[in-house]
Amino acid sequence: MNCDVCKQNQATVFLTQIVDGKMQKVNLCESCSKEKGVTDPTGFALADLLLGLGAAQEMERGGSVQKCAVCGFSQADFKKTGRLGCGACYETFADGLASLLKGMHKGTAHVGKIPARALRSLERETQMKTLQRDLRKAVAEEDYESAAQIRDRLKQVEPG
Amino acid sequence: MAIHNILTNTGEWMRGEGPHHQIVVSSRVRLARNLRSFSFPGWAKKTERLQILEAIKPQVEALPEMGEAFSVYSQDLSALEKQVLVERHLISREHAAKGVGSAVVMNKRQTLSIMINEEDHLRMQGIRSGLQLKSVFKMIDKVDSALEERLDFAFSPQLGYLTACPTNVGTGMRASAMVHLPALVMSEQINQVIQAVNKIGLAVRGLYGEGTEALGNFFQVSNQTTLGEKEEDIIARLHKVIEQIIEHEQNARQMLLQKRPNTLLDHIGRGYGILQHAYSMNSKEALNLLSFMKLGIDLGFFPEECCRPVDELFMETQPAHLQKGTAQKLAADERDSLRAEIIRAKLVAFPKPSVGASRSDRDAGSGSEN
Repeated sequence: MNCDVCKQNQATVFLTQIVDGKMQKVNLCESCSKEKGVTDPTGFALADLLLGLGAAQEMERGGSVQKCAVCGFSQADFKKTGRLGCGACYETFADGLASLLKGMHKGTAHVGKIPARALRSLERETQMKTLQRDLRKAVAEEDYESAAQIRDRLKQVEPG
Repeated sequence: MAIHNILTNTGEWMRGEGPHHQIVVSSRVRLARNLRSFSFPGWAKKTERLQILEAIKPQVEALPEMGEAFSVYSQDLSALEKQVLVERHLISREHAAKGVGSAVVMNKRQTLSIMINEEDHLRMQGIRSGLQLKSVFKMIDKVDSALEERLDFAFSPQLGYLTACPTNVGTGMRASAMVHLPALVMSEQINQVIQAVNKIGLAVRGLYGEGTEALGNFFQVSNQTTLGEKEEDIIARLHKVIEQIIEHEQNARQMLLQKRPNTLLDHIGRGYGILQHAYSMNSKEALNLLSFMKLGIDLGFFPEECCRPVDELFMETQPAHLQKGTAQKLAADERDSLRAEIIRAKLVAFPKPSVGASRSDRDAGSGSEN
């Protein structure tokens, strides 16, 4: 049996991991097992290795975009490494990633920590959207006094 | 601080003083973060990686937690020094393979270690002895909040923190505890425990041989998913599960003492005998025998002072720790002899296991006695 990673050497390390009742098996050769750190029972690499390899196969089936416009990373690269190129890849390959993330995680939306910086810009965005809507409404109703006030507030909220 | 100080002093977590330290060796929490508008380290070209490194490293060094820090570029560490850091869980195996463009910064107590340009731009890890997941998370969360004020992290409102591997996206957090479960292994209950833990979406790992026998009876329990659940909830769930595992292990120990005392004593006695008299020992055998010694100490067959030396041996008999004092690289058989020598020296003053009175009979805190 050959190694699942390099596909060349004879596999001598056989790993089994059970997550959520799903059993996954990986066969590795001596050098790949060392490199991936699987002989270290405390290492995190194994799960990433298992899921990363599986993930890339899934990707192949979904999604039509071939290359990330920001960093030039391609689906073929993902298949090879199980890792993405940059943050924008998550948008570029959103179609293919959606089902993959669904199978991999507990949910599909982040509910944890939000960095203060992102929180501030998020709040600003929501505020701006509300004000813009109010402005359109005021203009449509020909309430120009309110419209002028809303425009002033929009100017304060807008960045820069 | 120089690497010398780090190598000669063991970190706080290896001293085994945390709550439930007899069964829970250590608690770890790591966060993965990336800078917006840069490629992830695995895809970035060398010049970009250096740019990222120089943007992050000064900010990490400026953290109040890093007052007396050890900060070093990857290329300035020797292969052996890196290996020592891997064995102490202060850097990952993957990080040890990095050269120019990566760095690691750790505090003096070796409870906080921040890798720059590992798989993600930032991998921040907190580690403490015993079951302390909540306080470790608090520590690492504070570090993260301080850094995000100065660094613009890649974050999407929908997907959370964006990471190189989709398995980490969301919280970017992996929390884990390393547990020592010899009695559950001996009483063949470990499979049931692993299956139960798996059912609720947590992973249990070890290097499996035949069946589910893990090296030295050490297992790592960690969260598997990072998207769709709050950090605090993940930590709380893991904490609760670990507490239950501790209880199962303690019950299994009491059962063995009552129902199969000879099997138990045989394992401990053989461990003691072989460790004290062997002249060649590979690391797998050492781990397995030391595991029985640790169990013997926990159960009161050896005086409590024996605990520290045995805990130290788990680390000191690892290949890189073994060689850090020697002038040149050792061959495998030379390592095995040196390992046996170190163990013999440390155990020379250990008394024979006192079979008559086990501490658990006297110590009300350690389990159920009827």
